[in-house]
Amino acid sequence: MVRAVSAGEVAPSTQAWQVEATGLRVKAGSRLAVDGLDLMLAPGVHGLLGPNGAGKTTLMRALATVIKPKDGRLRLLGHDVRDRRSLRALRSRLGYLPQQFGFYPKFTVRDYVEYMAWLREVPAADVPAATQRAIDRVGLTDRAGSRLKSLSGGMLRRAGIAQAIVNEPDLLLLDEPTVGLDPEQRVEFRELLRDLGDASCVLVSTHLVEDVVAACSDVLLLDQGRLAFRGLPADLARAGASDGVGDSAAERGYSVLLRDHRSAA
Amino acid sequence: MTAHVPVAVLTAYATGELGADDAMAWPVEAHLETCAQCQDRLAGLIPAPVGEMLAETRTAILARARNGPKPARRRRLRRLTHRWAAWSVFPWALVTLMAVIAAFLLDAAFPVRSAVVLLLAPVAPLGGLAVAWSRRWDPAWETVAGTARAGLELLLRRTVVVLATVLPLLAAVGWRLGTNPALWLLPCLTFTAAALLLGGLIGVSRAAVLLGGAWVLAIVLPALVTVRMPVFVQTESLPGWAVTAVALIGLTILRAGDHRHLSK
Repeated sequence: MVRAVSAGEVAPSTQAWQVEATGLRVKAGSRLAVDGLDLMLAPGVHGLLGPNGAGKTTLMRALATVIKPKDGRLRLLGHDVRDRRSLRALRSRLGYLPQQFGFYPKFTVRDYVEYMAWLREVPAADVPAATQRAIDRVGLTDRAGSRLKSLSGGMLRRAGIAQAIVNEPDLLLLDEPTVGLDPEQRVEFRELLRDLGDASCVLVSTHLVEDVVAACSDVLLLDQGRLAFRGLPADLARAGASDGVGDSAAERGYSVLLRDHRSAA
Repeated sequence: MTAHVPVAVLTAYATGELGADDAMAWPVEAHLETCAQCQDRLAGLIPAPVGEMLAETRTAILARARNGPKPARRRRLRRLTHRWAAWSVFPWALVTLMAVIAAFLLDAAFPVRSAVVLLLAPVAPLGGLAVAWSRRWDPAWETVAGTARAGLELLLRRTVVVLATVLPLLAAVGWRLGTNPALWLLPCLTFTAAALLLGGLIGVSRAAVLLGGAWVLAIVLPALVTVRMPVFVQTESLPGWAVTAVALIGLTILRAGDHRHLSK
């Protein structure tokens, strides 16, 4: 017997773009922190650079479905964020490490990651294993039973990263993940980033240009709520080959691109 | 099931003559994965060095399993508490406890025409609701707000916790004073439902503060100043409370989807 193939069966199981934003405007308080941003992100590790107040954190919060965009279109993993019916399913596939990441001080690392796994709707039977895997991946295995308030700043950040990756998200948003990590841990973290970027879309906001150059497949430069530059890490270094301020070619490139964008605006 | 692997092929596989790049190796491996009989035969055919290596590996794995780190203990009670209670609710619970006890002492000391407990009953759960799902009081709000269970589910769980704290307290106090249970239960549920319903539009914290403030200013203060008990805490108002409670609870359930939105 001939069977008809429905549209649903041939639809792609993953989207070409994990993030599709057109004309995105997001408010931070009364200020328009993200102002008319067009952005398409595919799987890979994307580094988000920009000066203080450029709108990086506000953009991250909008992408994490924490705040509502004021205007423009925002589709994440193929779902519109304003669609209430698909919001829950969408959120269970997101991972987010906020910049100011609050926590309950009495929780142990394992409690915390387990709690976040439960909030992200990891199937109950998988929660203990997923928790252990996430803790192992960030290198906190021997501190899994320690209370969060007893951890150092870098360890706390790593616990934050563990909770963000515990559900193996398709879209992972890390806001300043390398703050407080020592050089060795940062190198390990970059490896973890590359590993995560193989299958999912990772957006890392940072001030450290060298992190972006070392671990990202793609650089986004944000200034005053708009995209000032997008290219490869190598482009950043090329822009700073002979000009700009900074200690490395990439840092100089960052300052050159920012200056060019501002003088053009 | 297909036929078993012939002895010649199995011997070639065991000795390594049938390499991984040989097309014949694939069906052999696919068959071996599911066929216990052929696995047994293969065990008899492997050369001695391979057998020794496997035995050593087995011993090592077993030793590791015995001496390695123990699996983390499962703590059901702890996990249950984490999933239901919010930390920010504990200070509120203390305050409510003290307020209800103070009201009880007042009522017990001046039994004639005094019903401070009944005046307090509608607003008792509101403080808890105000802090249960609030950006300001929950330290992990930002991390939690973007998760799948945030919004409606967490809010309902925390409401249950708040009611489970308040209702037994009011029940105990009401029983000691000998008041009609419906007189505190119905207003309490009505205000909880109203706060959730209004909260879907303006945020639960704001709604709780608004409703609590309105009740205190419009009903409680005049009653305390004039020392006259308003009609709302007397038995003749019970049908009115019952109708309002049922209507508001129904509406709250209908409009539950309001809490499933992004915060502004």
